[in-house]
Amino acid sequence: MHLDDQILQFFFSGLTLGSIYALIALALVTTYNITGILNMAQGEFVALGALTACSLSAAGLPLAAAFILSILITTAAGGILERAAINPVRNASNITLIIITIGISITLRGLALLIWGTDPYSLPSFTRGGPLQVLGAAVNSQSIWIFGLLAVTVSGLFAFMERTYWGKAVRACVINRMAARLMGINPHILSFAAFAASGALGAAAGIFITPITLATYDMGFTLGLKGFVAAIIGGINNVGGAIIGGLLLGVLEIFGAGLISSGLKDAVALIVLIAVLLIRPEGIIGAVSGRKV
Amino acid sequence: MVAAASLVFAALPFVLKNNYLLSILIVIGIYTLVVEGLGVLMGYAGQVSFGQAAFFGIGGYTVAILTTRFHCETVPALLAAMVLPALTAAVIGKPTLKLREHYLALATLAFGLLVHVFFNEGRELTGGPSGLTGIPYLNAGGFIFNRDYEFYYLVWSLVLLVFLGVRNLDRSRIGRSLRAIRDSEVAAEANGINCSSLKLQAFVFSALLAGLGGGIYAYYVTFISPAPFGFNMSIQFVLMAVIGGLGTVWGPVLGTGLVVVLGEVLRWFIPLILPRAGGEYQIIFFGIILVLAMIFKPEGLGAGWRRKVRANETETAEAVSLNASVNTCSSGR
Repeated sequence: MHLDDQILQFFFSGLTLGSIYALIALALVTTYNITGILNMAQGEFVALGALTACSLSAAGLPLAAAFILSILITTAAGGILERAAINPVRNASNITLIIITIGISITLRGLALLIWGTDPYSLPSFTRGGPLQVLGAAVNSQSIWIFGLLAVTVSGLFAFMERTYWGKAVRACVINRMAARLMGINPHILSFAAFAASGALGAAAGIFITPITLATYDMGFTLGLKGFVAAIIGGINNVGGAIIGGLLLGVLEIFGAGLISSGLKDAVALIVLIAVLLIRPEGIIGAVSGRKV
Repeated sequence: MVAAASLVFAALPFVLKNNYLLSILIVIGIYTLVVEGLGVLMGYAGQVSFGQAAFFGIGGYTVAILTTRFHCETVPALLAAMVLPALTAAVIGKPTLKLREHYLALATLAFGLLVHVFFNEGRELTGGPSGLTGIPYLNAGGFIFNRDYEFYYLVWSLVLLVFLGVRNLDRSRIGRSLRAIRDSEVAAEANGINCSSLKLQAFVFSALLAGLGGGIYAYYVTFISPAPFGFNMSIQFVLMAVIGGLGTVWGPVLGTGLVVVLGEVLRWFIPLILPRAGGEYQIIFFGIILVLAMIFKPEGLGAGWRRKVRANETETAEAVSLNASVNTCSSGR
């Protein structure tokens, strides 16, 4: 294969992976800005959604029904966890809240291990048919679905934020939580909604990536971490930055793995995270979009 | 209190006469070294590190590499095992500690994972997944520690030293300034405390102790591999610090003992209720305990006891002394 073609091929693979990171980062950034909590259990929602969908689909449910049911289950799990573990201690220090989400994360991962074991599970591709040829590179049909999911989520989120009353409440909370509260916006409901939505978004990301990467009980840890890296690249207060950060990270990873060494794939994200934290902790996109953190 | 506890610990090997229990006590001692440092970082400076196992591992690997490859003596090897993690912590901590609180947590999390990847992949230096063997016995001025009870006394003497050091710190100006930072960074800064510098010192101190623990660990097991230095170990260190009580000097000893004993009990108990389950399931219980502890007793198990001891001192007296100390701190500079 020609090097130019290969680079284009890497680019599309990177965008596919990056879209998933962007979705996870989107959930993290939204939760963080509404509640002030870095949800370390976000990756576990991804794994939970993907594994539930695999089991439901294996149990004979049609693909679409399995997806919807699994997203509903994960949404409920997110909401229940918020009520059970976050809401009772909502006034605790940030360090306490981070430790709680880490505790939730290892508990969920352990339960997933108990239920699903260490075997990988798979889902069929959403649509049959060979890869699409784009400028000489082959683009997997599942990649198109993932790009679509990102586009739909982002435009849906945008419409929600700009057009609805609750969207306005969320934006107010992001700008100034205290002032929003004084204006009669209930932060408890928003916090509950943020965790439930994180569950839904995580589950959707997990289900869409499973036909490409398979689902395992521990997939959430790496994916959650990549989501964090993406969010930090973009600046943790910046929704647009999270999406660009995710796509950028995906592309960097695939190029790092393809051109340097495949053992390096996961290290790329960690090196990028440390480098950004050391050099530009407010996020590299922060300056571009002109919004000071 | 300290003297009584020391006597009990000094007498324990004569009572136990059981190598399994003795080895557990040694492990508790080694982990306590790490957790005392983490306790200062979390309980006094109000920061959290999810990469403490990496510093622990760097200490261990430093000893392993220096002694097996370069035939380095014990004392310089252990010094290097403390200095290297401390320097690394300074590099990571300096930019991240200037920022709001989440960043150190994330940076240490990523750093811990990266170091674990390096232990596994850096074959020429670390021996890869199979690790390094043949670490010599610890040799302090000709005295060779090759029996468990000798090691027991060595480890717990070090714990006693660190314990006394942290207790002094607790009662010193630095300890009060650190607590002031934890309670309100703005107020502390307004009183002339250099918050980022003190937080950095606490972080470096925690890495130094983790490195010492790791170095001792390498000498104790005489064999080292990446497995005990992963993310789960970092979480266990945090759990130990949290369970015992943050901001107390006894908390780390108590918490480490509880978590190690609980880990051993779970290892025996889980296969009885879940026959096909392996050891990794104990992490579920640690997760649940961590969440429950943070919800119902975020101040830790050691805190209630501490409050009883301090019952005579009124709240106001403490507040006044804190204020006074903060003021002396500011006028002192």
